[in-house]
Amino acid sequence: MRFSAVKVFLVLVLALIFGGAVVSGPVAVAQGTAPQSGATQTDRIAALEKQAADNATAIAAAQTSGDNAWMLVSAALVLMMSGPGLALFYGGLVRKKNILGTMMQTFAMMAVITVLWALVTYSLAFGEGSWFIGGLHNVLLHGVGLAPDVKYAATIPLQTFMVYQLMFAIITPALITGAFAERMKFSAMLVFMILWALMVYSPMAHMVWGKGGLLNASLGGRIPCLDFAGGTVVHVTSGVSALVTALYLGKRLGYPKVPMPPHSVVLSFIGACLLWVGWFGFNAGSALAAGTLATSAFVATHFGAAAATIGWSGAEWIRQGKVSALGAISGAVAGLVAITPAAGFVTPMSALWIGLFAGVFCYLMVVKVKAWFGYDDSLDAFGVHGAGGTLGAILTGIFANSAINPIFGAGKATGLLEGNWHQVLNQACGVAIAWSLSIVGTLVILFVVDKVIGLRVSEEDEREGLDLSQHGEEGYDWAH
Amino acid sequence: MQKIEAVIQPSKLDAVKDALVEVGIDGMTIMEARGHGRQKGHTEVYRGREYEVDLLPKVKLEIVVTDEMVDKTVNAIITAARTGTIGDGKIFISKIDEAIRIRNDERGEIAL
Repeated sequence: MRFSAVKVFLVLVLALIFGGAVVSGPVAVAQGTAPQSGATQTDRIAALEKQAADNATAIAAAQTSGDNAWMLVSAALVLMMSGPGLALFYGGLVRKKNILGTMMQTFAMMAVITVLWALVTYSLAFGEGSWFIGGLHNVLLHGVGLAPDVKYAATIPLQTFMVYQLMFAIITPALITGAFAERMKFSAMLVFMILWALMVYSPMAHMVWGKGGLLNASLGGRIPCLDFAGGTVVHVTSGVSALVTALYLGKRLGYPKVPMPPHSVVLSFIGACLLWVGWFGFNAGSALAAGTLATSAFVATHFGAAAATIGWSGAEWIRQGKVSALGAISGAVAGLVAITPAAGFVTPMSALWIGLFAGVFCYLMVVKVKAWFGYDDSLDAFGVHGAGGTLGAILTGIFANSAINPIFGAGKATGLLEGNWHQVLNQACGVAIAWSLSIVGTLVILFVVDKVIGLRVSEEDEREGLDLSQHGEEGYDWAH
Repeated sequence: MQKIEAVIQPSKLDAVKDALVEVGIDGMTIMEARGHGRQKGHTEVYRGREYEVDLLPKVKLEIVVTDEMVDKTVNAIITAARTGTIGDGKIFISKIDEAIRIRNDERGEIAL
């Protein structure tokens, strides 16, 4: 017995040595062996050339490894922003009879938009097509393999790029749900979102980020619009569409007389913190690589959130006399929205300014402008995302700096403060297109879905709550 | 037998419970309640919208005692629960027709 135990031990040791040698193989290849002394010059040059080629391959592999790791993590962070980030943030803001209904609207996006993306919307957004929309070459993810597409991201598999962008496509429609909270039929919402993804998100994403897109600043669009991580594509479209749905659907029963305060600011708080952390994936991941641009975007994102918290809370303190938790977290989200288009273009200090302006601006939008007009944008999707995104897009045109991101060429002035006043006009153009597409697209879809299925729940269902009427469940079951 | 219903401040619950145990009360039912008398509510603000909250948290105790115990019980509650400010609460006393112990069907004062 002892004899065979020794054999096993020796085999294990040998396996360890060989295994170690296999794992460190690539490193050994990269380090290489020095050419033997005494060989001819030709031999030595040939060996060096082979060495250089091997090194280049190893370097590319290492770079891909680092970039891909960061991008996959970023994709996961952005998905976390939807679930549970947004689900909790919105969930806590509604009345408790609607908590599951609200969370389900976001969760349904995680499932449905994914399938739709795989089937067709990835192709419409990022496939080769026109200035407005992509073609159908990548339907069913045809051609979306593990090799990079150098036009989009040269060091990561195209599938990584695809799945990263998918997470954006998921959260954008989920943001709209805040405007029609507590009164939309689940079935109608699903149909609405599928049509919205096809008719509004895909074209907007294509125009700003897709090959041949009209507004694509990196790929020679005719009206180059600086939108690093989706200020127009995500926040303006969702925010403006949200306003349209709120106006079309009408106010909740009892609004504004009946008090409808958040049933759990605690849940919203947790959601907001998850959004803040997840946003690093949203913005810094939009560098599409793990290099210094990701660092810039990461820092700008964080600074924007912090300054906006202070901006909103400061304004609230002055106007209301107290700093509320709901205000503070709303401020942070507003700052994150506003810094989204700017993240990879501005200096850290500029990010502080952008955040500060966004915090104050969105606070006023939510507490003054909304009451003024009287619309029931229940969870302030327009006030924070629509308004914050619009402001952020314009501020990007002001603060963008070629020292951070020489997108128009090394040393070429990017934003207004650097000397290029023209960019603010381009930004305004991009914003105007986003507004128009959102308004027209959303109105058409709402009209059609309303006529065919009916958008709003019945009065009885609205009083009972979405949890019971739409899902046959209770979020909080106190009896057990 | 009489029922004593006492609506008190939640912060006074422990003191009242201790006082009741001290005078010999074994059983009581305690409920979380909301309400107000002359005590006004407070204003809460969410994203700039003001809400008047006038359903304030309270604690309600229900104790059924023999007629002889009523005064002792009531005094114990009052002493423990009083702060002297608006919002201290109220006590209501009513007659009880019957009391039954579910476990063994005992009826009347022995069931208390």
